[in-house]
Amino acid sequence: MSVKDYLRERFFPHMWCPGCGHGTVLNSLLRAVEGLGLDKSDIVMTSGIGCSARISGYVDFHSLHTIHGRALAFATGVKFSKPELKLLVPMGDGDALAIGGNHFIHAARRNIDMTAIVMNNRIYGMTGGQFSPLSGVGIKATTAPYLTIDNDFDVVKMATAAGASFVARSTTYHVLEAVDILKKAIDHKGFSVVEILSQCPTHFGRKNKGGDASNMLESYKANTAKTGSKALAENPSLIARGIFVDEDRPEYCESYDGIIKRLSGGTES
Amino acid sequence: MNKHIKFVQGNEACVEGALYAGIDFFAGYPITPSTEVAELLAERLPRKGGKFIQMEDEIASMCAIIGASLTGHKVMTATSGPGFSLKQEALGYACMAEIPCVVVNVQRGGPSTGNPTHVSQGDVNQARWGTHGDHSIITLTASNHQDVFAMTVDAFNLAETYRTPVILLFDEAVGHMREKLVVPEEGEIPLVDRLRTSVGKGVDYHPYLPREDGRLPMSDFGGDHRYNVTGLFHDMWGFPSNNPGVVNGLLHHLVDKIENNVHAITRCREHYLEGAEYVLVSYGSSARSAIHLAKNRRERGEKIGVLELQSIWPFPEAMIRERCRGARAVIVVEMNMGQVMRHVKAAVDEPERVFLANRIDGHLITPTDIKKLLRVIQGRGV
Ligand code: SF4
Repeated sequence: MSVKDYLRERFFPHMWCPGCGHGTVLNSLLRAVEGLGLDKSDIVMTSGIGCSARISGYVDFHSLHTIHGRALAFATGVKFSKPELKLLVPMGDGDALAIGGNHFIHAARRNIDMTAIVMNNRIYGMTGGQFSPLSGVGIKATTAPYLTIDNDFDVVKMATAAGASFVARSTTYHVLEAVDILKKAIDHKGFSVVEILSQCPTHFGRKNKGGDASNMLESYKANTAKTGSKALAENPSLIARGIFVDEDRPEYCESYDGIIKRLSGGTES
Repeated sequence: MNKHIKFVQGNEACVEGALYAGIDFFAGYPITPSTEVAELLAERLPRKGGKFIQMEDEIASMCAIIGASLTGHKVMTATSGPGFSLKQEALGYACMAEIPCVVVNVQRGGPSTGNPTHVSQGDVNQARWGTHGDHSIITLTASNHQDVFAMTVDAFNLAETYRTPVILLFDEAVGHMREKLVVPEEGEIPLVDRLRTSVGKGVDYHPYLPREDGRLPMSDFGGDHRYNVTGLFHDMWGFPSNNPGVVNGLLHHLVDKIENNVHAITRCREHYLEGAEYVLVSYGSSARSAIHLAKNRRERGEKIGVLELQSIWPFPEAMIRERCRGARAVIVVEMNMGQVMRHVKAAVDEPERVFLANRIDGHLITPTDIKKLLRVIQGRGV
């Protein structure tokens, strides 16, 4: 199947700005799905609100465009009620970790089998450039005219601490790596988190002297390094990319099925 | 399932009703005085292969049942005042995306944390107007456990029929009081399943194109038809649209599918209404005091009757106008500041004859409380 077969062409042209990283995330995600040979009707994509959230409309899967911050809660209902479905849950940084922060840590704690993709552009794009919990200190935003003083989260550390059994990070510059990581994340049984640094030239780049989309992509190349690499060891201020957690832990739906089996007199493995 | 007799709490009667109706998914968060609903379903659901999940908060619970409904399951959540407030945004989503679900609210006193373990009927307006924007909503209630059971079954049936959230508005006294419940035999009460599309695989399916009768055939997530569900105004494919015609048409559809069926949705019970000079309009546990008083007075020859509401929204205006016509006075008995009373006033021919017998201190309104007001209206002193 070509990647185009996964798109709902009726929905195009898409609403993302020229140079926005979200289109690249969509592309990587579709290539991962294609690479795994998944059936479109087995996939449910659930998103929240914001530029990132429009991604679910563009794909020819079962798609659920929900309310701000709650994509994982909706996805939990879908998955738990029909565990044979594959859940892909792309979210913006504000969506996933500000208003949706509680759902994020609890989905990780449960280790329910779904793939959360944090499309991290460090800004609220759709509402016009307010700072997000991933902006970090010293960022210019419409709600931080004198620069941010709010510390940011480290998504990887947070997901790891909350109990996600697969945690990884990549960028829109490293597309082949992102496709490979997404494939592993989708294939993983349990709650998987993939943070993808994704440029918002319109609201983050312009205000923070990030330049245009290509400058921002260049910065992902310059400011990140593979986990375990020599570059990272020599320069710990670089952002680490790669897979940080990949563990086998009891998955939520399977554990509950164990209860059902036990109650019906069957044996629980 | 054979007919069996139980001695239960109202919350348990609700659980029995939900199980009878075919619930197979519940998500909730503990809150007094509704918690027994969650506790009992945690025990009962996996025994029949259903799913129970305790979510991290009320919002997540509401979202989770919407997700589960989309895969074709009969779903419910249960809460109380503050939790109900939290659920409102997702409740509006379910209205907009037309997703069948049942939301139980065992009312406690408010605003805010209010009076958690005491009785109140303060969420009547919240049930109707708690969300933002315009839509209609179905809300049922009950004063005794047999009705709690019946209204819960009805709630599932209405949700599946109209593709809409249905709210069950009980109160703490009904939820926690124990009394007899006869669980009917399987098949005794008809059950409704949502209409599923007959459109075959590979044929263009329009999830939001109503049939002539206003019903929208659904396709389960995971099935042959992949479509978009959104809280944005959307066209017949479920794709976002701000075309004025689409927006206007959808909003009218969301209101009309319920308001045009008030007669089919309205549930009520009449007690001693024949020739009643004084009509008491009530619902929930306050209706029990009203019925007690009416029975007592009838025995002494006074013409007092009760119109007991088992559904509140859509408001049964025409029915109330008709039943109250000719009454010397209409007394609305409720445990709030007159949330139903205002709508009764708007419904009847002579609003100046409508009075409120209320109690808002966390204690049940008694027959004596109502009698006192009645004496004043009758000009017989306090
Ligand atoms: S505002 Fe930013 S995030 Fe939104 S579409 Fe434009 S570039 Fe992308």
